[in-house]
Amino acid sequence: MPVAATADSHASLSPTRRLNPAAAAIELADVSFAYDTRPILRGITMTVPRGKIVAIMGASGSGKTTILRLIGGQLKPKKGKVLVGGQSVSDLEPDALYALRRKFGMLFQFGALFTDMTVFENIAFPMREHTDLPESMIRDLVLMKLNAVGLRGAAQLMPSELSGGMGRRVALARAIALDPMLVMYDEPFAGLDPISLAIVGQLIRRLNDALGITSIVVTHDVYESLKIVDYLYFVSEGKIVASGTPDEVRASSDPFVRQFVDGQPDGPVRFHYPAPPYHKALLADVE
Amino acid sequence: MNRAAIDLWVGVFVAVGLGAILFLALKVGNLLTLDQTPSYHVEASFDNIGGLKVRSPVKAAGVVVGRVESIRLDPKTYAAMVTMRIDRDYSFSKDTIASINTSGLLGEVYVGLDAGGDAAMLNDGDRIAKTQSAVVIEKLISQFLFDKAAQGGAGK
Amino acid sequence: MSDLALALRRLGGTVTGGVARLGYMARFLGAILWYTPMALRRLHLTVREIYFSGVLSLVIILMSGLFVGMVLSLQGYEVLRRYSAQEQLGIVVALSLVKELGPVIGGLLFASRAGSAITAEIGLMKATEQLSAMEMMAVDPIARVVAPRFWAGVISMPLLAALFSAFGIFGGYLIGVRVIGIDAGAFWGQMQAGVKVWPDITNGIIKSIVFGAAVSLIAVLEGYDAKPTAEGVSSATTRTVVVSSLAILALDFVLTVFMFRGVGL
Repeated sequence: MPVAATADSHASLSPTRRLNPAAAAIELADVSFAYDTRPILRGITMTVPRGKIVAIMGASGSGKTTILRLIGGQLKPKKGKVLVGGQSVSDLEPDALYALRRKFGMLFQFGALFTDMTVFENIAFPMREHTDLPESMIRDLVLMKLNAVGLRGAAQLMPSELSGGMGRRVALARAIALDPMLVMYDEPFAGLDPISLAIVGQLIRRLNDALGITSIVVTHDVYESLKIVDYLYFVSEGKIVASGTPDEVRASSDPFVRQFVDGQPDGPVRFHYPAPPYHKALLADVE
Repeated sequence: MNRAAIDLWVGVFVAVGLGAILFLALKVGNLLTLDQTPSYHVEASFDNIGGLKVRSPVKAAGVVVGRVESIRLDPKTYAAMVTMRIDRDYSFSKDTIASINTSGLLGEVYVGLDAGGDAAMLNDGDRIAKTQSAVVIEKLISQFLFDKAAQGGAGK
Repeated sequence: MSDLALALRRLGGTVTGGVARLGYMARFLGAILWYTPMALRRLHLTVREIYFSGVLSLVIILMSGLFVGMVLSLQGYEVLRRYSAQEQLGIVVALSLVKELGPVIGGLLFASRAGSAITAEIGLMKATEQLSAMEMMAVDPIARVVAPRFWAGVISMPLLAALFSAFGIFGGYLIGVRVIGIDAGAFWGQMQAGVKVWPDITNGIIKSIVFGAAVSLIAVLEGYDAKPTAEGVSSATTRTVVVSSLAILALDFVLTVFMFRGVGL
């Protein structure tokens, strides 16, 4: 399956350019969101084509997780529409929303495994809740998912007994338990050692291609993202400031992209938190 | 903790808890007292029942043999008609005296039965002929004062 | 003057906040009742919670009941002796426990042991996004996490209160009869004559059910509503104990007045 350059990914980086809409599985059309009075997203427009992995990158607190919650229907946009397969998520009835959620898989930050169940039971959970499959079939399916992430031997451990990387992989197995059409990853690389990092990254790519699913990865890990995703969106202060394929991003001259990718302390995202002039603050004590 | 163990402990807990409720109801309360045992009714008329209430005990020689079932005022004689339910295990002669007593000075009020020597026994629905009303403290005091006054007057 | 106005405004805010919270609590209870059938289909969830709330509270309840009963016996004997009414000790101990101390002290102990544990558990699940994960997997957390814990509390409380009273009466018997030397027959006999199943024991059971519902509702609500941080969870746990205790004492007053008037004869 093609990873980077496709026919419609030439042209320069531009926040408003959209990929072929007919292939879109997820679409955000001019979405704005605010918590009470604090604006989080202002006019976000993005597309996620079917079968591709899209990364949403940005500094902490830039609204990346909010985008995932909007897609999942946990939040409603103040303006604009969030479309999944052409349907507006916020307009769905609760039953229809729940039906839609059964086609999603989500990997939460730090795993969010159910701490009072074993690894096996965690992965069996969505199967037991949403299907009438007999226990023998569920057992086989759980072992298959665990095998895909390499943890079949850990089936009887409790989440508290797992290392960070293992817990993340179990959460990944749980996210794909019902063979979803869309998987959302919220900071899947956060806090992992280099080996686990590489493993998780590869799993995201391989599972996406093998299962034919669409993936959205919210992260600020540039290195891993550039290795595995098909397209990137950069979010800063509630807006999309840049987007492109990994090659385009590596070659980009956009100052924000450069600051982010190269890890420069100062640039469009300022180093200094807004404050009155330095000499004034120091001299103030003399008075 | 596997499920079987949890189920077991919860079962034990619920059983013991219900047992405690049953204990309270039976041993501590009076759920299964004479209300269930076979009994017969007997009536008695009193001028004054004092503090006697429905469900007050009926005792003979200090042993509870029954309970007061109902108390009514006879509209013709203006006396209190007390219906008692007595345990069938106990029979009383037809010349039994029923009196209203208090256990201790401040204790509960009950109906005391003093059996007589009559060979015939009280049956269901019979009425006790001889009764002694409750001692009402105020009347006792006023009686005492009256007697005292009469003594003083007679002595002069 | 402006300080006074500020204080008044703060007080008004607290009161309206409290009333709003009461309304939120009522709606939450409505949601729990709505999802109860769904939770009952997974009975083992509720059974599991009865284990954690009820069975694991047994030690503190039984021990406290025993001690309270023994102290009651001692104190009661002391007072009754002045009126030469020692024989009434059985009634005093039994009625105090069954009507008041069993439900109330049992409720307070339940709130601090099981209520706080429930709040901490749910709060932690919220903080680690387990509740969100459940939601995203199209499983309603109220049906799966909240309702079983609520009903476990409602079921456990009357059982625990009865056990508290039973052990208390036993403790009263130990002190009154075995240590002090009151006649055993008088102790139990007076008790049986004085304690009536209706209204004494049933009123005690009604109280314990009401307290169980109140404590459980407050515990699950505070946990579900906690801020998803460490301090958020810890302050929610504290609030559960404080608010539950106050609620128990206030409801106790209301129920006692209601029962007193209704049965006064």
